[in-house]
Amino acid sequence: MSLNEKNMAERHEPVSDAALEEVLGNFRQSVHAWSDAACIAPGTTAWRSARHGWRLVAAWALGCVLAVGTLGTGVYEHHHQRVLAQMRAAQQARQQQLAAQQRARQADEELLATVDSDISRTVPAAMEPLAQLMDEGESQQAGN
Amino acid sequence: MTAETAEDLAAQEFARIVESHRPQIFRFLLASTRDIDLAETLTQECFLKAHRNWKHFRGDSTAMTWLMRIAINLQKDHWRNRRLQFWRQTRTNAVDLDEASEWLPSGERTAEQQILAREQVAQVWKAMDGLSDRQRTVFLLRYVEEQELSDIAAATGLSEGTVKAHLSRALSKVRAELGGGR
Repeated sequence: MSLNEKNMAERHEPVSDAALEEVLGNFRQSVHAWSDAACIAPGTTAWRSARHGWRLVAAWALGCVLAVGTLGTGVYEHHHQRVLAQMRAAQQARQQQLAAQQRARQADEELLATVDSDISRTVPAAMEPLAQLMDEGESQQAGN
Repeated sequence: MTAETAEDLAAQEFARIVESHRPQIFRFLLASTRDIDLAETLTQECFLKAHRNWKHFRGDSTAMTWLMRIAINLQKDHWRNRRLQFWRQTRTNAVDLDEASEWLPSGERTAEQQILAREQVAQVWKAMDGLSDRQRTVFLLRYVEEQELSDIAAATGLSEGTVKAHLSRALSKVRAELGGGR
């Protein structure tokens, strides 16, 4: 049985008071040894402080980059939205202008059609020869 | 006795107290934070605070209990002030459980026993992560510093009954961790 299997098997048994005492004793020894080693090694703290300092600087740098990035993205997005809105407004104005022109053209055509229809009214039978004469005269003028 | 002589004596006495109690305060803070730099800083702050208030120390409790109370409060304040978890995580130098469990004198154990003991120590550290601040403090004072219940009560400002209750809950959690969550 491997050590891990043995350990797993032991895990399923309730921990006796004696075993618990032993583990707590080991824990105490471990903390004491660690603390003594940390106290004895004078360079450790300085080295760790330096590392801590670098981590702090790195963390601040990362924080600044994120802040600038977020702010920059926000400003760019705002500017982009403004440009888009201006383009949309210009396009809309152009479309409105075109629509107005279209409406004016349509109104003119309708007016001309109305005028045409008013003019091209059926001529009474008695006036027919005179109308023919006018048509001939108009066609002659057009031919000249 | 002149005022200067009295001050000199007080300074000498304080220096003696620092020398004799510093390792214990550092050890408690190291076990509480698992961070050597932080434990070092808090230990210095503890003795600085003690020095400023040395005149007011009336000797109602032992110097150790008084210093331990300062250390507990400093540690509590430190974690309370670090509200932003991101910076807390970034700035912390806390070692992981495996590293913390490495420190175990080999004694007369075989290699197999040594590995098993390390695993168990790691399990105790893991169980400690699940304890409340008070439970952890009481647990460390009792089982690492081997303090009496009355001293723990004096250092934490709790009644002995409350200390016993916290200890009992802490032990149950450690036992459960060792017994595979039972």
